[in-house]
Amino acid sequence: MHEVLHTFFSPHDFRVALPNVWAGFQVNLKLMVVAEALVLVFALAVAIIRGLPGRGARPLRALMIVYTDFFRGTPLILVAFIVGFGLPALNLKFVSGRSNFTYGVIALVLVYTAYVTEVYRAGIESVHPSQRMAARSLGLSYAQAMRYVVVPQAVRRVIPPLLNDFIGLQKDTALVSVIGVGEAALQAQGYSQTYADFTSYTVAAVFFVLLTIPLARFTDHLILIRERRERAAAT
Amino acid sequence: MSFVTLDNVSKRFGDLEVLRHVSLDVDEHNVVCLIGASGSGKSTLLRCVNLLEKVDEGTIVVDGQTITNGRVDVNALRRKIGIVFQAYNLFPHMTVIDNVTLAPRKVRGTNPREARERAFELLRRIGLEEKADEFPDRLSGGQQQRVAIARALAMEPKLMLLDEITSALDPQLVSEVLNLVRELAESGMTMILATHEMSFAREVADKICFLDAGVILEEGPPEQIFSAPAQPRTREFLARIIEAGRL
Repeated sequence: MHEVLHTFFSPHDFRVALPNVWAGFQVNLKLMVVAEALVLVFALAVAIIRGLPGRGARPLRALMIVYTDFFRGTPLILVAFIVGFGLPALNLKFVSGRSNFTYGVIALVLVYTAYVTEVYRAGIESVHPSQRMAARSLGLSYAQAMRYVVVPQAVRRVIPPLLNDFIGLQKDTALVSVIGVGEAALQAQGYSQTYADFTSYTVAAVFFVLLTIPLARFTDHLILIRERRERAAAT
Repeated sequence: MSFVTLDNVSKRFGDLEVLRHVSLDVDEHNVVCLIGASGSGKSTLLRCVNLLEKVDEGTIVVDGQTITNGRVDVNALRRKIGIVFQAYNLFPHMTVIDNVTLAPRKVRGTNPREARERAFELLRRIGLEEKADEFPDRLSGGQQQRVAIARALAMEPKLMLLDEITSALDPQLVSEVLNLVRELAESGMTMILATHEMSFAREVADKICFLDAGVILEEGPPEQIFSAPAQPRTREFLARIIEAGRL
């Protein structure tokens, strides 16, 4: 018991590791905010392209399906290796000289866009076809019907699952430590390797949990409000 | 001068022939009521007129323009045709006023203030001015359907298609919607209605068409169809309606 407390919960190591891990965690926060913002935009675009009607859009749709299949099926850690080590090795002007942070963001965005696309798609498909029909019958074009009628309703419906995916993304920012992004997990590892104590990992875990809990509660809250509203509408 | 002409129109869903060689003339400022059992093709006929459904055979001419040759600008056509559905289909994430102004603003490019003023005029006309900033789920079915009519009217259509617009309403809410349709008819709006409200059809229609299994089996002025139907199927249908107390 004493061993466990000392190894993972040493107050002394907690204090000493805190500043470094906190500095690293700020990198996690940045990764998260930048990646989330990009994922929100790209995933909606991919979802809309996948839903485009007509034969002419078939190659585009196929491309998006290949993309989502590939990146949903590939572990993030592999994508991080490919992006973080592969792109620099290409020696291309534009893509090869970037910071590890940028490669981390790219890996996160590639993988999470594929997930979030499916969330958006489910939302778009949950909007009853009669809504689109009503919009089109007023003379709105396909794009206008999507923009003003379908997508706003779809997005509202998928906010809770979107937030869930973002909780996942928050945690997965730690994975890009494998390509040398100096975030909290990497800082914690550095400390533990130097001082042979694992409390630094606990410090990092505490940061992640503290960040996740409010978001999880907020998601629950939104779901509750939705349920209440739907029950009220059904009466 | 007929405003809408269907000539030999057929429509299939897979193996099911929903419309079979239907021909129909609707004169300007006239009201035509389509009656017949559910599944007889009334709704499909209406949807073909604003190209929500594509016809398989035959031609439809609206306002002098052939719309079934695949070369017509669908959005431009729909701007002059309003359609109201059984299930209202208001946009639930928008207030009443936004529902009414969306198409004028986005399709016609009317400036927001003008669109809003015109929408208020329409809401006054349907007696729902005070509901302008409510969301649709706060309105009764009858109120929602009146808003749906106002939403269609906001585009100043030359033709209105009403697809069983009172079928989803509680009986006490039907009359408020029908009164509005009656007003529209009196103002000279060209309309095609699919309806189960026989006494209303009898009152407002210039022409009644009885549809049976995708065919217009009988058409004529209301007195003729309701008092002296020629076809046995029409007589049978009307007898069942009377039995159900709907006429």
